[in-house]
Amino acid sequence: MEELLREYLPIIVFMGLAILIGLVFIIAAALLAVRNPDPEKLSAYECGFNAFDDARMKFDVRFYLVSILFIIFDLEIAFLFPWAVAFKDVGVIGFWSMMVFLAVLTIGFAYEWKKGALEWE
Amino acid sequence: MVEFFTTTNLGIFLLIVLQSLAVVVPLLVALAFLLWGDRKIWAAVQLRKGPNVVGAFGLMQSFADFLKYVLKEIVVPAGADRFVFFLAPMLSLTLAMTAWAVIPFNDGWVVADLNVAILFVFAVSSLEVYGVIMGGWASNSKYPFLGSLRSAAQMISYEVSIGLIIIGVVISTGSLNFGDIVMAQDGAGLFSWYWLPHFPMVFLFLISSLAETNRPPFDLPEAESELVAGYQVEYSSTPFLLFMVGEYVAIVLMCTLISLLFFGGWLSPIKALPDGIFWLLIKIVFFFFVFSMVKAITPRYRYDQLMRIGWKVFLPLSLAWVVLVAFFAQYGLFWGAYARWTVGG
Repeated sequence: MEELLREYLPIIVFMGLAILIGLVFIIAAALLAVRNPDPEKLSAYECGFNAFDDARMKFDVRFYLVSILFIIFDLEIAFLFPWAVAFKDVGVIGFWSMMVFLAVLTIGFAYEWKKGALEWE
Repeated sequence: MVEFFTTTNLGIFLLIVLQSLAVVVPLLVALAFLLWGDRKIWAAVQLRKGPNVVGAFGLMQSFADFLKYVLKEIVVPAGADRFVFFLAPMLSLTLAMTAWAVIPFNDGWVVADLNVAILFVFAVSSLEVYGVIMGGWASNSKYPFLGSLRSAAQMISYEVSIGLIIIGVVISTGSLNFGDIVMAQDGAGLFSWYWLPHFPMVFLFLISSLAETNRPPFDLPEAESELVAGYQVEYSSTPFLLFMVGEYVAIVLMCTLISLLFFGGWLSPIKALPDGIFWLLIKIVFFFFVFSMVKAITPRYRYDQLMRIGWKVFLPLSLAWVVLVAFFAQYGLFWGAYARWTVGG
């Protein structure tokens, strides 16, 4: 079998096993357990009240901000991975260009901080 | 017979399935006892007895709990998106389990010997946030919705610092393969492991992994006093069990990552003693004990404190550490402790 397939096939097998376990658990409960639904039991839990309105409501914009910041920094990490692996080979030029990249990013980070994007009052 | 398993396609496939089972089954059985241990440790800290009825010392408690989960009714809220509602716990468990495919347990004892192993684990643990956010959204209920938003924001915030800490180790090793990273720590035993050169990052990694796996003191998504149980509120029976198993699998994975990256994996702390899988197991259990003790003895954090410490303390510190390590490695400072390239070196 090809080398690549030999390396990555186990991951698919693992996923398959995990899905199998999950399905078996859910199906077992669906078959074995009693099913006795009534409208009160199936209504959304709100500490004893009847649900006021739909739960898919507006939420704080800061959650968006955090995810945008996350994308920026995760992308940065994605750039850092190959650089870190080839650290020896890229030499002085590679080292300093990454330092410049990080410096630019740090300036951006300082700007966000100053602007209050990281505040949760 | 040996030929069948090494040359024919079907044989190789069967071999892989057997190898995977040899990881998954002991993992799930160990999980049952780790859960029991977890509960016993909190009980001991709070001067209670903990589970002590089912089996000797309550050892069979987790199995009894499992049976009980299976026999409970699956309640699907009326407004829920049924497909996503069941997909979320499945995804949680599947992703948490898949990451184990690349974890080595001894020299060469690894199911999928990827050369991008760490990147794979990092990617898969990033995806785990989807299980949480889908569970919260699909329930169509307010507590799960708010809980999943919080949880997602928390998990992605700490993901960043975990990534940067891993980069530091990768710079020192020059490889993303766990085997290479562990072998780079071989040498004089205890003091040649990466915890010494990467000392401050060990703590950052430990704390970040607590936040990443939603463990106390960072269990904000499940803050009982305000959000009841966060994204798990509407879940019952085995879907809830899947969430819980996924969470614990992720916790044990984090313990394993700490052992592999900073504490020499299967290497023996004293050079005279033989290396082996039991060292790795001892380290994993030790870090699980630490996780458990942290849960038992720390009060919960406030959400704004959590986000502040993630973005304003951990991120700058880990970023600065990457730059420092890069300088140390580039100019060969500290007797080459930061530049132990195992590949291409």
